[in-house]
Amino acid sequence: MIAEVGHFALILALGVALVQTVLPIWGAQRGDLAMMNVGSSAAQGQLALLLVAFIGLTIAYVTSDFSLQNVVQNSHSAKPMLYKISGVWGNHEGSMLLWVLILALFGSAVALFGRNLPPDLKANVLGVQGSISVAFLTFIITTSNPFTRIHPAPFEGQGLNPILQDPALSFHPPFLYMGYVGFSIAFSFAVAALITGRIDPAWARWVRPWTLAAWMFLTIGISMGSWWAYYELGWGGWWFWDPVENASFMPWLAGTALLHSALVMEKRDALKVWTVLLAILAFSLSLMGTFLVRSGVLTSVHSFAVDPARGVFILAIMVLFTGGALALFASRAGLLRQGGLFAPVSREGALVLNNLLITTACAAVFVGTLYPLALEAVTGAKISVGPPFFNATFGPLMIPLLIAMPYGPFLSWKRGDILGASQRLWVAAFFTLLAIIAAYAVSGSGPWLAPLGIGLGMWVIMGAISEVGFRAKAFRAPLDEVLRRLRNLPRSAYGAAVAHIGIGVMVLGIVATTAWQSEKIVALSPGQTASIAGYELKFAGVVPAQGPNYSEQVGQFVVSRGGKEVTRLLPSKRLYSAPETATTEAGILGAWTGDLYVVLGDALKDGAFSVRFYFNPLVRLIWIGTIIMFLGGLISLSDRRLRVGAPKRARVRAAQVVPAE
Amino acid sequence: MTRKQRRSILIGTCVAVLGVAVGLVLFALEDSIVFFYSPSDIAEKNIKPGQRIRIGGLVQEGSVKRGGGARVEFAVTDTAKTLPVAYTGVLPDLFREGQGIVAEGKLGSDGVFVAENVLAKHDENYMPPEVADALQKQGVWQGEKTGKKGY
Repeated sequence: MIAEVGHFALILALGVALVQTVLPIWGAQRGDLAMMNVGSSAAQGQLALLLVAFIGLTIAYVTSDFSLQNVVQNSHSAKPMLYKISGVWGNHEGSMLLWVLILALFGSAVALFGRNLPPDLKANVLGVQGSISVAFLTFIITTSNPFTRIHPAPFEGQGLNPILQDPALSFHPPFLYMGYVGFSIAFSFAVAALITGRIDPAWARWVRPWTLAAWMFLTIGISMGSWWAYYELGWGGWWFWDPVENASFMPWLAGTALLHSALVMEKRDALKVWTVLLAILAFSLSLMGTFLVRSGVLTSVHSFAVDPARGVFILAIMVLFTGGALALFASRAGLLRQGGLFAPVSREGALVLNNLLITTACAAVFVGTLYPLALEAVTGAKISVGPPFFNATFGPLMIPLLIAMPYGPFLSWKRGDILGASQRLWVAAFFTLLAIIAAYAVSGSGPWLAPLGIGLGMWVIMGAISEVGFRAKAFRAPLDEVLRRLRNLPRSAYGAAVAHIGIGVMVLGIVATTAWQSEKIVALSPGQTASIAGYELKFAGVVPAQGPNYSEQVGQFVVSRGGKEVTRLLPSKRLYSAPETATTEAGILGAWTGDLYVVLGDALKDGAFSVRFYFNPLVRLIWIGTIIMFLGGLISLSDRRLRVGAPKRARVRAAQVVPAE
Repeated sequence: MTRKQRRSILIGTCVAVLGVAVGLVLFALEDSIVFFYSPSDIAEKNIKPGQRIRIGGLVQEGSVKRGGGARVEFAVTDTAKTLPVAYTGVLPDLFREGQGIVAEGKLGSDGVFVAENVLAKHDENYMPPEVADALQKQGVWQGEKTGKKGY
């Protein structure tokens, strides 16, 4: 019964989405305010209906209603409650339902917070959002219906893939989709602006908070995925340049570029064409990510259920929206007049360089991800493009970006002074040099370039701190004036500095763990010891244990350092009963200096086991860096000037909205 | 600075960055892509030892031999031809005889493939697409091309 209610709500939502697509855009063309206002109510209605559908499916999972095919295939009555709930989006159908629910959530947020948008712009934005909903709801109802009944109903379900039964992964998809789908708002704003033909700095100010929110969620989503892969897959790595990782990384890069170019557009009325194009691209790359993951064209640990019909459908959606938006862009871009001239050395110039490097890096990732597909289609040769390709292309592009990063905020708009900026960065340069020397002294061995990488991370961190210090006149004015200035600095300035610090912290972690990771594979019999990175590990044998829905073999390792026992690590091999699957649980000792990471391998003769040890120096800084970036976004978002409905009520059809600064 | 100069600096920078990027991509594609071969391909195509390649197929029944330490030897087959493989390290959870796997490494001069990485998918129903294709060529694998779920 509940399933039928959900199913019915889903179909009704499609109807509402159709209304939301047609009426507001039509109304905007005719200048009919009543028709335009339908958009807001439709967006709220759609959200309510999709919530009913989603809750319906969740109830089916929680109560283990095995008369639903989707529940049978992806759940099991013995599964812990957390995973019954996360099982709702741990499969293709349910995750698509979550996708449209989040889409409706964003649409309703625009309707709610966008009260002071010009009515025709708002109507067009909601209309475009509605059309995306129509496409995806049609997709769900025709090819991937989560409410399909099965008869006769089996007594037990097949269970959720055990490697997905993990807290970090439970929340990874929702965050990721908030990011992916959040970019749909920037897309809808871009298309709406192209339809109305008006793009001005106010447009950029409306788009930026949405893009920032989407970017923050995507940052956390990707970071959670990476953290999960690190401790759950047992490979000791944190990023594999797997096609599906790339699929989520490309929209992130495009979104990062968009955040920075929208800044130029907001303050200086320049880079309009480019910003609109980026807004279209960021969402198009999100759609492409969805297509790549769900069509089965890629070989990946992430592949969802494969059904050619679904792949073709999503491809059609992608071609329709990307192609349509780009065609509209091509026909209207000529109308966008460029304002705001600037010298090559200026804040604008620095942000252009940022955009150039980030989008080029994104293109390199794109080539590496899709080249194997293209080559196989053309020649039939099967190749894989692995980490060496991405390290050789993405890495070199990031180096100039990181070097230039601290300069940006020190250059003034229109015309900057690079010499003056360098002088103001001498403190940062001093700390950078110190970090490089310290890294050489401490590391002793390893690649000679690595300490320079550490210096780069320090440069970015200290550069961001220097900027705040400079604006507050630290060490140059009396303390009370410095404090007053610090209080008065806009939150967006703090947000940007914090986000940049996050990047620096992440760079430190990436460089350290890449350059100085140590790895050891040994065969150990009980009683034997192995040593790595100053730790002694004594293998005390393997003990069987029983979990809620699995049995496991737990390796016992006594970890000591300098003769003193530090802790015991218990890496295990689990055998889940439904579906019958083996997984590896790594034993990890986390510390600020680095993680000791132990994986229990196969049983050998005479009770010995093959065991793999890693020491990953400073690896936690990678995820801590992403959290700092998220916080930076949050601080920026709380800025009064950026707050979603904050821009002054624009006069409808007013000639030009003057930017606040 | 005139408008023209500004524009040429901007365009010059763009061209320079894109040029470097294209160079990097081409260089890396030349250097770091890895081709996939089935055991039959290796028998036919005369692959040079020392070249980095991927191979795939089924782990032959009864072929897994554990040496001292973490070294493992096994044979990978596409039912027409088999290829001996040596690997030192921890095998993936789903590695077992009869299972489809993909391995990356180099062919030794003695004809033994020295694997640096062995991948078996996380789902017992999953067949790596390359392996499925290779087996299909031999007329063995009849199932769907790829497995059911996974994430």
